[in-house]
Parts: sequence; C-alpha cells; structure tokens
Amino acid sequence: MQVTMTVNGTEHTREIEGRMLLVHFLRDVLGLTGTHWGCDTSNCGVCVVWLDGEPVKSCTVLAAMAGGHEVRTVEGLAEGAELDPIQEGFRQCHGLQCGFCTPGMLMTCRALLDRNPDPTEGEIREAISGQICRCTGYSSIVRSVQWTAAHEAAAAATKEEAVAP
Amino acid sequence: MQVPAPFEYERATSVDQAIGLLERLGSSARLVAGGHSLLPMMKLRLANFEYLIDINDLHAELGYIRLSDDEVRIGAMTRHRELLESDVLASVLPIFSDAERVIADPIVRNRGTLGGSLCQADPSEDLSAVCTTLDASCVIRGPGGAERVVTMEEFHVGPYETAVADNEILTEIRIPRKSFRTGSAYAKVERRAGDWAVVSAGAAVWLDEGRIVDARVGLAAVGPNTTGIPEISAALRGHEPGESLYELAGAIAARSCDPVTDTRGSADYKRHLADELTRRTLRKAVERARS
Repeated sequence: MQVTMTVNGTEHTREIEGRMLLVHFLRDVLGLTGTHWGCDTSNCGVCVVWLDGEPVKSCTVLAAMAGGHEVRTVEGLAEGAELDPIQEGFRQCHGLQCGFCTPGMLMTCRALLDRNPDPTEGEIREAISGQICRCTGYSSIVRSVQWTAAHEAAAAATKEEAVAP
Repeated sequence: MQVPAPFEYERATSVDQAIGLLERLGSSARLVAGGHSLLPMMKLRLANFEYLIDINDLHAELGYIRLSDDEVRIGAMTRHRELLESDVLASVLPIFSDAERVIADPIVRNRGTLGGSLCQADPSEDLSAVCTTLDASCVIRGPGGAERVVTMEEFHVGPYETAVADNEILTEIRIPRKSFRTGSAYAKVERRAGDWAVVSAGAAVWLDEGRIVDARVGLAAVGPNTTGIPEISAALRGHEPGESLYELAGAIAARSCDPVTDTRGSADYKRHLADELTRRTLRKAVERARS
C-alpha cells in the first residue's frame, strides 16, 4: 500500500506493507535513526515521536495510521545548528548518559513544556513515567527539564521587555 | 523485531462505512482504534487478522463526553487522556479521573480509547471495572444503522470476548445519573507504575438524607471479567454509611471474588486487596457524596 505523511515538515510518499510500524518506517525507510527502537511492547518509550503534536510510542502505531498526518521526530527539534532549548537543557544538566532513551525523553519533555511551561518535579516525573532510562539518570533528566523551563521563562521575559515601550 | 503477521490495512471514514467493511470482510477483519492492546497481541501472534480497519478518523464522530440530567454519554473513540482531563467527568464522575491516573502511562493514554479498552475485555482492565461500577450500558451499532443497548454484564461474555458481533461496532457508553447526592472513587494496586492491576476496585454511592439509596462496587483482576457484586449493593442499601458497613462490604467482596494465583500475587493476597480496596473506595465515594 502507499502511504504519504509529513515528517519534520517534509512530505514523504512510500510503498509499504500494512503491518509496518511507524518506528521502522522512520528508521529503515526514511533513514531517520534518531528515533530509537527498544522494547517493542510500548513500555520503554525510546520510540516516542509526535503524531499531530501529541507524543506517541511509534512501536505501537502503524505507519499506515500516520498517513495524512504530521510526524515530528527528534531530528525535527533543532533549527539548523541551533539546538532546541530542551536539547540544550539535557546538555547543560547531563540529562543523558548512554543516550539510548534520550530521543524519546526529549520529545516527551518538549511536549510537556509546550503545554505546561512551569511544571513541578512531580509533573515532570509523571510525564516521563512511561519511559525508562536504563542508566537511571532520572534526577538529571528532571533537572534538565527544570533548566529548560527556567531558561525559556527568562527568554520570554527578555523578549517582552524588548517589545515593551 | 516484533511485527504483526501480514494484513491488509483499511481506513474507515464513517461508522456506517466501517460496518459496511465489517459486513464484507467478516471475522477475518478487526477494528483498530488506539491499537495499544491489539497490536502487541498481533506481534505475539495471540491475534491474527487478514484485515485491520483503522477507525481513528472516526474520532470526530465518536469522541465526545455529553452530560444530560439523567445520563452521561461517552463516545467509544474518546481517548484516555480526554477522559482524564474532562472537567465534566471530574465533577460528576470522579471515578474516571481516579482510574485514568493509573492506566498505563501518559503517552499510551494519548492513543488508547474507552471503546478499545472495553472491547479488549481484559479481566484486569480498569475502565471495564469503572463502567461495571457505574452500571453503564453499551451501545452497539450494526448493519442498516440498527442499534442495541446491552448492560456491562451482557457486554463481557468472557475473558477477551464481548457481545459485539463481527459486523458490529461499539459506539457509545451510557452512564445513568440519579437525582441523589452521589460520589464515586477508584483504587488500584499495581506492582509498578503503569502496570496491569494486581487488583483494583471502583465504588459508587447514592445518598438521600444521609442514607445509602444505592451503592455499587466493581472489581478488576479477580475473575474472568470485571465483576459487579450485587450482594454488596443489597447489604448497603438503606443504611447510614460508616466504617462497620465498609468492613461488611469488604468482607463480601473478598469472599465473592474469584482470583487466581499468578505472577502478580497469590489468590489470598488478592482477596485481601479486594477487601481493603472495596473499603477504601466506598469510604472515598461517601466522602465525595457528602462534600
């Protein structure tokens, strides 16, 4: 069957099997290997991407289901050489050790901050509760999100000041 | 790599068109909504279908929560997250937000649906226990737009088996409202965050002048399907709520359920949980009804 979807702003049309999972479409067909493939059972969350702006576990979504929809992957976070603030937060606060869970964590945490720019520690931990960091670096991940929230709040305040008469 | 066996993918554009596809394809086809139960089962070859009919585009038609004086109607494609975030449900049926907080995880809740959960008919499934507690009815649509309405007891005919025929689709859940002070609550014991229940319990009470007009308890993971326990309702009706009554209800729950020993716990432990969670949820439901 033929599927057409927009991934990180670019439309792709490919011939695929109906049973192909979105994670394999992204990695093996489009070559976007930033999205990782882990437990295959929707438990670990390394495969999280956005489907129409909502984080989903792409090992449990058919590529065909994404047909006609917008997908955003970790490759779609940075703008050119400029990292998204959530990526910068993970860099600043050592939010990654081995890095295997990182793409999924980044996509979930970006979505969290877009909905809730000032989450509590509890809200951050709840948001990533469907994701596993095998290095157990959860404290650093929480700090990374907090750093990003503070950084984005400060950036927004500066911008407002600049606009104010 | 785990992938399902080959199948043909079809996409439904309306409920009636989906029923048309089901009529044509028969038992070789299955509807897929969120897919977070069906796709893992197909990966493991526990389920095999020649056709999957994707009904996610029916969210506009079947994704809703409608409140009227005498009932709440929820569309089968309403997603877990929408149930969790609904202000209407939080105010009139807080049992839903109690349950949704402990179902899977936030990412899975972005996809999974009420209808999919009920149709999975897993004995440990939380929303089935919620709907059993609330004495919900299920609206099933078939060819020619024919609709039938069944109770939760009729809907679940066994583990992983429902009353929905090959050419039918579950479209709506209806939850009756009564003109009394009402409260509801849900509690679950799980081994780790997002896991299936070891045992969970839901309770709903209706009070009039301080006395229980009606009360219902639903249990998950302690029988072939989620279980409503009429004996508890009978024991509570007409009485003033209090600790001794909750103890009595807990004792009835423990002896009425039918748990099995498995990796999640022994049958004795599960009976203990059925007792304790029945008491906790009744207590909480009464607190909410009074507030």
